[in-house]
Amino acid sequence: MAVITFEGVRKSFGHNGGGFLALEKIDLTIADKEFVAIVGPSGCGKTTCMRMVAGFEFPTAGTVNVDGHRVTGPGPNRAVVFQQFALFPWKTVSENIALGLRNKGVEKLEREKRVHQAVELMGLEGYEGAFPHQLSGGMQQRVAIARAYVLEPDVLLMDEPFGALDAQTRTTMQEELVRIARRNPRTVLFITHAVEEAVYLADRVVIMTRRPGRIKEVIDIRSVRTAEKWDKYERIEDVMDLESFVHWRTHIWRSLREEKSGQDR
Amino acid sequence: MATAQTTALTRFQTLFLGTIGILLFLGIWSGLSLSGLVPKQFLPTPFEILSKFVQLLSTPFAGGTLQEHLLSSVLRFAYGFFLGAAIGIPLGLMIGWYRLLDEIVSPIFDALRFIAPIAWVPFAALWFGTGIGGPILIIFAGAFPPCLINAYRGARFVNRSLIEAAQMLGTSNTRIITEVLLPASTASIVAGLRVSAGLGWQSLIGAELIVASTGVGFMMVQAQLNISTSIVMSAMLAIGLVGLCIDIILRWVEAAVRRRGLA
Ligand SMILES: Nc1ncnc2c1ncn2[C@@H]1O[C@H](COP(=O)(O)OP(=O)(O)OP(=O)(O)O)[C@@H](O)[C@H]1O
Ligand SMILES: [Mg+2]
Repeated sequence: MAVITFEGVRKSFGHNGGGFLALEKIDLTIADKEFVAIVGPSGCGKTTCMRMVAGFEFPTAGTVNVDGHRVTGPGPNRAVVFQQFALFPWKTVSENIALGLRNKGVEKLEREKRVHQAVELMGLEGYEGAFPHQLSGGMQQRVAIARAYVLEPDVLLMDEPFGALDAQTRTTMQEELVRIARRNPRTVLFITHAVEEAVYLADRVVIMTRRPGRIKEVIDIRSVRTAEKWDKYERIEDVMDLESFVHWRTHIWRSLREEKSGQDR
Repeated sequence: MATAQTTALTRFQTLFLGTIGILLFLGIWSGLSLSGLVPKQFLPTPFEILSKFVQLLSTPFAGGTLQEHLLSSVLRFAYGFFLGAAIGIPLGLMIGWYRLLDEIVSPIFDALRFIAPIAWVPFAALWFGTGIGGPILIIFAGAFPPCLINAYRGARFVNRSLIEAAQMLGTSNTRIITEVLLPASTASIVAGLRVSAGLGWQSLIGAELIVASTGVGFMMVQAQLNISTSIVMSAMLAIGLVGLCIDIILRWVEAAVRRRGLA
């Protein structure tokens, strides 16, 4: 079980939290095993939302709960894929992926097996012994994803996890994520700038306003997906051609465009 | 002519200029002492020192040959240096990590670290006499602060998100010190060790001048009492050479650390 709730969350940074308002009136409930994507203009507070669930940051007002318990700090039941990867430069790819399992006290053999699975899943075979600085940005990102997946956490927090990938790898990863999510659903909070990605992956898409970030609109994609039977298509491009997909993608685009142009004025 | 700022010197040029510098220095020195401008017993020629140096390797002075004195100096240095590192590095990492400890330890440390290592000599003499403890205490006083400061800085300036990554992977607070802070601070720590070694080695000689009955420093005092300048200067030469060796070893460690991607 992993339900995430934001109740009347406000977050400001600076002197005693009184300086700079980043988030305001955030009310959102993410159901168990639901996949929620957040989109919004840069600097609107998406990462901050995620960091409050992870336990790195705390609301200035309101509460963030996971399963009814207020979040008091980080923990391996809420795995994070960081926007900047945050891999340990002194650890090899497998050591990076294995750390969480080691901390859990998983036996060596079992650990190696699971690390190997994660490596295969992310297409990192042959790089197990490499150090992060020897990898491309895209590969580093896949290590960061593997490090989170391998924990099989109740909650997956992903901050633009596919941002550094080329279009082809990105597509593969998106399809793979959908497969993983279907086989083994868990609660996911997924931040992205790519609207298609949000519509393709998410059960619901949360659109945020420009700074200070508020929730502008929440779109229920799951009901559309079920009604229009998106799941019978294997490939992302087939789904992206569907009229229902195009409709919602365009809707979200427009909504974001409004925020952006408001920001520029 | 190109200026130093615009052209990098080739390896050969650097070597060449360096050699010229040394030759010039030795030339002026020999000139001064040969010409009689400076009395010979105050400033022997480089050649005299060299021959004394070689002689000291086989003829004991003040209870031992040069290398025997050096050995006891190096051993003392090693004790003090490793003690300084073994206490300074973990303590530095810990006060860089635990705020509370920082608040408790830092004021004491800040007050003590401005006391020159040699100022501990009275205590060294009082507590240990001429036993091995005295010089070790003084070397420790020289080697400990840079170890602690560099480990502390390293831990303090670790990339925040690496700590967060370790936390979300369930790494306990104490294990974050070994899993994240230590490896992330390695470059800073090794740089600190180099400074430590330099200060420790310098303090050692100072300590031996006063609270020891063996060692190069002790040898120098005895030579001074005999007004044997060439022995004093042979000992200085030995001190310089050993100091250089220690630094070369640590520089090599530093390079190895870089290669491991730790810098
Ligand atoms: N620790 C902090 N101290 C001060 N201000 C902060 C801090 N963290 C974030 N902010 C500010 O809060 C706002 C929201 O930041 P956040 O990183 O959540 O944005 P974002 O939506 O993730 O942006 P992007 O899409 O560019 O990643 C930004 O204006 C940022 O400058
Ligand atoms: Mg962000």
